Amino acid sequence: MARMIGAEMFFETLIHEGIDVVFGLPGGYVLKVYDVMPKYSDRIRHVLARHEQGATHMADGYARASGKPGVVLCTSGPAATNTVTGIATAQMDSSPVVVFTGQVPLPYLGSDAFQEADHIGITRPCTKHNYLVRRTKDLPLAIKEAFYIAGTGRPSPVLVDMPKDVLIGEDEFVIPGEISLRGYKPPKKGHPGQIKRAVEMILAAKRPLIFGGGGLIWSGATEELKELTHRLQIPVTLTLMGLGAYPADDPLFISMLGMHGSYAANMAVHECDLVISIGARFDDRATGGNFAKFAPNAKIIHIDIDPATIDKNIVVHCPIVGDAKEVLKQMLEMLPAKVKTSRKEWMGQIKDWQKQHPLTYNQNGDKILTSYVIDTLSKITDGEAVVVSDVGQHQMWVAQWYKFKYPRTHITSGGLGTMGFGFPAAMGAKFARPDKMVISVCGDGSFQMNMQELATAVENNMDIKIVLLNNGHHGMVRQWQTMFFNGNYSASKFDVLPDFVKLAESFGAKGLKAKRPEDLEATLKEGLSTEGVVLMEIFVDCEELVYPMIAPGGAMNEMILGPGTQLENMADVADMA
Amino acid sequence: MRHTITLLVDNESGVLSRIAGLFSARGFNIESLNVGETLDPDTSRITLVTTGDDFIIQQIIKRFNNMVNVIKVSDLTEEVRVEREMVLVRMDARPETRAEILRTADIFRAKVVDVGPKSYTLELTGDKDKITGFIELLRPMGIKELARTGTVAMKRESKLTKRGEEK
Ligand SMILES: Cc1ncc(C[n+]2csc(CCOP(=O)(O)OP(=O)(O)O)c2C)c(N)n1
Repeated sequence: MARMIGAEMFFETLIHEGIDVVFGLPGGYVLKVYDVMPKYSDRIRHVLARHEQGATHMADGYARASGKPGVVLCTSGPAATNTVTGIATAQMDSSPVVVFTGQVPLPYLGSDAFQEADHIGITRPCTKHNYLVRRTKDLPLAIKEAFYIAGTGRPSPVLVDMPKDVLIGEDEFVIPGEISLRGYKPPKKGHPGQIKRAVEMILAAKRPLIFGGGGLIWSGATEELKELTHRLQIPVTLTLMGLGAYPADDPLFISMLGMHGSYAANMAVHECDLVISIGARFDDRATGGNFAKFAPNAKIIHIDIDPATIDKNIVVHCPIVGDAKEVLKQMLEMLPAKVKTSRKEWMGQIKDWQKQHPLTYNQNGDKILTSYVIDTLSKITDGEAVVVSDVGQHQMWVAQWYKFKYPRTHITSGGLGTMGFGFPAAMGAKFARPDKMVISVCGDGSFQMNMQELATAVENNMDIKIVLLNNGHHGMVRQWQTMFFNGNYSASKFDVLPDFVKLAESFGAKGLKAKRPEDLEATLKEGLSTEGVVLMEIFVDCEELVYPMIAPGGAMNEMILGPGTQLENMADVADMA
Repeated sequence: MRHTITLLVDNESGVLSRIAGLFSARGFNIESLNVGETLDPDTSRITLVTTGDDFIIQQIIKRFNNMVNVIKVSDLTEEVRVEREMVLVRMDARPETRAEILRTADIFRAKVVDVGPKSYTLELTGDKDKITGFIELLRPMGIKELARTGTVAMKRESKLTKRGEEK
């Protein structure tokens, strides 16, 4: 036991929780925390972001790349509200981000004091839980509970609001013991009876399909999943959030499903007789949004750690609440070690679909296609990099063309679709995985939303690569305008863009450009092998569209495969868009 | 369908807005909401009555269960239960209605809790139907003001059937 002030307890507890990096930005009510920070700088690194949204995405990227919680520290009011987009982003993709905000002293709460905002109220709908700490001596327990809640069950953000008087107040510091909360008991193992039913359903199925999501990654279930699919010869498709959970080069992998999923994957969902969904939540981007027409011939097993996802969008036949890894282990124990299956017909059918409409592009003009850029990137890096995409067309091409081999190497804002996420998240990922090449693949629109963090990257001597796809447009917006709004390109074109190479240079980073297809490979190779912060600006064709596309509200077998496809209900589709 | 949901929650600030927030996020209205301490001062019981799509209510209940401050949730809608509500009604007491007001109060076994030169205030406890019936009878005589507590509810002991008869 030792007497200390709240600000010191903050660091002591963080260290005890195994935290070694904090992404933050100082200000009024957390100045005491920053004042004591140098004492702890040998154990906790502080990364000074240039914007609290940037800091929050960094913490999120760190969490997604490492599996450990990412930590944000900032002051009250505008700083706290700046974190909200980052918090909501983390919430939608189940990422354990813990945000610490300063707050006005307790006696001033609710008085509209300078830089006061109701952090608890504002973040209530986008956190799993949040705390307003009222006494210095309560701070360590609140912090420990915050990490416990953020990191267990379905991972999610938690916010801890720390009034200034709590931070400067002094008390005995006691490291809190085991956490036990009477209203919070995260599930682990699945119900054996349900698992038995699921196993029977799997053994009886003729055309089973694994539908995997981000939950596979958070639970670390890759090995168990491989064991299951190999033993039973079950093809695997993944949602955007699931990419990396299963190696793209495995013959059973049939690419991503959903709005921009592969033809084979979407047809397989439509034609299978059993969907085994693991750690996915059947959101509209993964299912096409027409829940009534989803997998019409299939029984559905749904494994998820969050009971609230069960039956939310799609009513399932066999729900199993539990951690994906645990549940798969339980399943494997119940399954015979060798199973005779005849999947010739089913796998043959899938191969036919793959042959009929493979993912393709045709790089023969003098403009660079983004799909070609990502394909080349995948080949040059041999799928070994951590690739963090932003939001838009390029995000979908990354999902389609980068051959992810490992979990936690594909990072993107899937649920909220937050433009500006990519670059700071890539920085966070690099702090988590200094051993890996980390590449931020972003659009010109998205990059402009958080490009100030170039300063942070250079300041921290980061070795990070940015592949910026300049199509002069909000590409995805333009795509929808092409497809559903008769080419009415309202507010999707940029009349002014910075020279991104000069911009990078002005921050002290290195910049490279590629304008012609024949220069692409060399530019990427040079950029990737240059130390430091390197921005590769690639000028790409704004007319390339992402295909296939399930029209919004469509069924999974109703795909627009290219400019030639005319759906019968094209007019309705435009209404949905 | 009308749902009566009870929750045991940590007796802490902010819990109520988390709960109400789930309804507002879905655009649902809460018909009545009642909060009070239980035997354990650290725990409150919330009784919430709402009307809405059963499917969505089930989703909301699952989300309640996910909340760190929620200890237990029960949807009493399908359960054999006791539901009570209290109402205070201030009546305009004119010479020609005074007797009728008191007679109505008597029939419902309501209490007169305040008498003024121009008004009577009545108190009644009962289930929703009884309260509604009472108010409807009083309405033509001139209600000045009305306050309802909202429903509180509890499961009955299981040996009782729906009609409250012994099995
Ligand atoms: C914060 C935010 N604002 C707006 C949108 C809507 N939106 C989705 S994609 C997109 C365009 C993205 O453009 P860019 O980053 O250049 O990528 P591209 O589609 O061109 O690859 C927009 C505006 C969004 N997803 N996020």
